[in-house]
Amino acid sequence: MAVKTYQAGVKDYRSSYWTPDYIPLDTDLLACFKIVVQEGVPREEIAAAVAAESSTGTWTTVWADLLTDLDYYKGRAYRIEPVPGDNTAFYAFVAYPIDLFEEGSIVNVLTSLVGNVFGFKALRSLRLEDIRFPIAYVKTCGGPPNGIQMERDRMNKYGRAFLGCTIKPKLGLSAKNYGMSVYECLRGGLDFTKDDENINSQPFMRWHHRFEFVTEAVLKAQAETGERKGHFLNVTAPTPEEMYKRAEFAKELGAPIIMHDFLTGGFCANTGLANWCRDNGMLLHIHRAMHAVLDRNPYHGIHFRVLAKCLRLSGGDHLHSGTVVGKLEGDRAATLGWIDTMRESFIPENRERGLFFDQDWGSMPGVMPVASGGIHVWHMPALVNIFGDDACFQFGGGTIGHPWGNAAGATANRVALEACTDARNQGRQVEREGKEVLTEAAQHSPELKIAMETWKEIKFEFDTVDKLDVSR
Amino acid sequence: MDEIRPYKATERKGETFSYLPPLTPEKIRKHIAYMIAQGWNPAIEHTEPEKAFMHYWYLWKLPFFGEQSVEKVMAEIEACHRANSGHIVRLTGFDNYTQSRGIVFIVHQAGR
Repeated sequence: MAVKTYQAGVKDYRSSYWTPDYIPLDTDLLACFKIVVQEGVPREEIAAAVAAESSTGTWTTVWADLLTDLDYYKGRAYRIEPVPGDNTAFYAFVAYPIDLFEEGSIVNVLTSLVGNVFGFKALRSLRLEDIRFPIAYVKTCGGPPNGIQMERDRMNKYGRAFLGCTIKPKLGLSAKNYGMSVYECLRGGLDFTKDDENINSQPFMRWHHRFEFVTEAVLKAQAETGERKGHFLNVTAPTPEEMYKRAEFAKELGAPIIMHDFLTGGFCANTGLANWCRDNGMLLHIHRAMHAVLDRNPYHGIHFRVLAKCLRLSGGDHLHSGTVVGKLEGDRAATLGWIDTMRESFIPENRERGLFFDQDWGSMPGVMPVASGGIHVWHMPALVNIFGDDACFQFGGGTIGHPWGNAAGATANRVALEACTDARNQGRQVEREGKEVLTEAAQHSPELKIAMETWKEIKFEFDTVDKLDVSR
Repeated sequence: MDEIRPYKATERKGETFSYLPPLTPEKIRKHIAYMIAQGWNPAIEHTEPEKAFMHYWYLWKLPFFGEQSVEKVMAEIEACHRANSGHIVRLTGFDNYTQSRGIVFIVHQAGR
């Protein structure tokens, strides 16, 4: 090794951290940032600064740098690219050596990659667009406790998407009334019902009361229909101790699935709970409250595809993915990109879908995308076409808002799903022929017919705020 | 409120496609063709109605590995049904890539 001597002062970041000739190693963790800089700062310098501040560097040289081999540990900015259709921003690609990160710790990865650097003054804004996790790192993470196939086997659902419903109103119901609403949904034909994310353990409905009544509802609907049913019991809690207490009680009751909010609860809690689920044969549904705070601004924050990858590594069997067609934000091509990222074992780089890197998950199980938010029977043909079978469609208002009640709403959705799935298998173009498929099915189902009449005018045609970067 | 229709007492169902009218032989043929096109292996299982909730049903012969003929699968469904007329008969497409079942649905209700 060349001899190095200490010289106090401030060096250009690029002298150490801009390495355009570097060829990333298979074991490197790669990141793509979208950067908007302050006037007059060269792009290479700022890319290097991002690499430095998210790895080994600080603003000045320190003597203790010479006690280690910084060339081994430093992050390297190895490429910059223009952002198509936007000359204010550019992409910077950074490679991080795997030894910078604790094994199996999404907490540690994020603390580095989206830590101090996001407040760096030389940047107007910074967005983490994508991460390539090396397979060597993937293998140190637990991942989904069960995965899509185990969930299908446990729940005995094959050849179609799952159907769920979030119980509404989201706040204020008593445990017994809430259980009644669950029972009506499940006996009408849904596979799952769900605690709204806001439901934890408030004065109007304490968690143990809810768990008891809901379990009776699930077991009765299951016995009557002869089909396997579940309810996502939300164990998100103020402390990990309380969260595990709730999870243990759900297990004691024989519940097949529990739920956690991974961003508000945090990755430490989420990874621990996923490990608990793996040890206890419990499915884990993941909600994503707070994601839009992080991922909606196209210039600053963390793209959802990164949050989805982090969740797959931290552990969860379901994750909300957006619907493309409902009331919430979500571009179609970008959504297809991240639902592939959630479900498949190898996803090649595909800029058309916003995927900046190949991602190899090895044998890590897939996460089931959950499409929820402002969807109803008329959206079913598009949902079946976009998501295929490995997804869970959740109709909250689209079930409970049915003019004849939850059970009829559930049946309407179940008939619509099965009719679209059947039509697809029969070789029909289900999205294009959606209206005919649903109209034919409604001849045998008054519940579907009235649902179609109720919601026929509802559309959600606002343009998305976070679009893919393409030349326009 | 007389426009609200009461929902019937809960009916016993049989998972995928059980909320549609019973599948006609013509539709079953197309589902078998779809199954084969996906690369799945058709298999037939049957059980007494009272045991239908259990995961495991009686396997009819063996899965028809590599079978490409829709008519041969149809003939096996009919043979299974004739031999077990009081049983529910279901058709499965085993997916050896996912090591799971690609689709499962009932092709004969008990006694029909």
